Amino acid sequence: MNDLHTELKKSIIDQLNLEDMDVSDIENDEPLFGDGLGLDSIDALELIVLLEKDYGIKLEDPNQGKEIFNSINSMVDFIEKNRTK
Amino acid sequence: MNKVFINGISAISAQDEDIFDTGNFQEFSSSIVKAKDQDYKAVIKPMMLRRMSQAVKMGLYCSKKALTEAGIIQPGAIIIGTGQGCIQDTEKFMQSMIESEEGLLAPTSFIQSTHNTVGGQIALELNCNSYNMTYTQNSGSFESALLDSLMLINTGEETTVLVGGVDETSPAFTGFQVLDGQICKEQISGPDLLKKDTPGTMISESASFFVLDAKKQEKSYACVRDVCLKNRIQKQEPEQLILEFLKSNELDISEIDAVILGNNGDCRYDGYYSGIQEAIFSKTAQLAYKHLVGDNHSISAYAMWLGARIIAENRIPEAFQINHVTCDKIDKVLIYNQYLGKNHGLILLEKP
Repeated sequence: MNDLHTELKKSIIDQLNLEDMDVSDIENDEPLFGDGLGLDSIDALELIVLLEKDYGIKLEDPNQGKEIFNSINSMVDFIEKNRTK
Repeated sequence: MNKVFINGISAISAQDEDIFDTGNFQEFSSSIVKAKDQDYKAVIKPMMLRRMSQAVKMGLYCSKKALTEAGIIQPGAIIIGTGQGCIQDTEKFMQSMIESEEGLLAPTSFIQSTHNTVGGQIALELNCNSYNMTYTQNSGSFESALLDSLMLINTGEETTVLVGGVDETSPAFTGFQVLDGQICKEQISGPDLLKKDTPGTMISESASFFVLDAKKQEKSYACVRDVCLKNRIQKQEPEQLILEFLKSNELDISEIDAVILGNNGDCRYDGYYSGIQEAIFSKTAQLAYKHLVGDNHSISAYAMWLGARIIAENRIPEAFQINHVTCDKIDKVLIYNQYLGKNHGLILLEKP
């Protein structure tokens, strides 16, 4: 697990107020929505804001979201390829 | 007017709910006081709880407790009184607007920042699609919500109403009340708060909820006989307001067994109470509560919680009484509240 994985997990826990949850509670390949972490549509909007605020990435195509926000691994992969800060 | 029964109650304040039983109260070293933390996780799902501000948590927790006590699954109406609404999320949202230079904003605090978030979240949790109304009338918010509740029940439109008052504090907005002189500079709580001769009071968070019903239950606490709200009167006029209110209910002042007053230690406005304390209520048991739980725009709901318990248990806890008049049988309780000389509210409770 690299630093970006940990940093992203910390940001998600903080931004989504996942109280009582620790970085070690989120698996890298665990689905973030549905049966995995159980996030919902409001959380998806929060993640879009997080990408823009922390990494300078604007999501132009909303359909990309499903793939990008699948897991921590997919988010890290997308951030590494597209970050501007 | 038909009788409206209080069949379930719950309150969260700066003091433990068992203050009524034990008489033990906490004193505070700040003029801005938080509500006592509750085991919210016991009644609210964690994934819902994580987005809730203090007001929403308190409102939902009290609602569920009051409904459970009354044996009601879904009320016919949900009516909330809140002076400042979800001010914590409003503040968060505005702060993020400043920080992002009005750029992309996180949605949660915006969604949760409206005054009617509490009523909305209660409806979502109960899956209740019926009448849902929030009154935001400064310190007359709870009386306005109560008036609507009584009208719904008295006209036969609804038989069961969940009504409550809720307000929270927040760092910046409550700070404005310090700048405005509403919050006292001294750090006084307990009985000494009512004796001070300086401006300002102790501001706090609270939520008090009630299940009102057209039908009496064996365990009904009290009846809400009437409520009235007058926005502005002169310092010498509370006596006339109270006498007229009682007359409209075919009552004489001697029939009131206890009066719960909103004294908050603000020397500029406690005169509204002192006049009637010395005149028409000199032979009546007098109570105050803001020296224990602080003041906010919907704190009169806490006074109604107190009055309902006093009638149900026929006793006045020592910590609340501010004179020495004893009373063996408590059938009728009058609540009088105002804030900054405005929004004079009267609530009349009686034995069911």
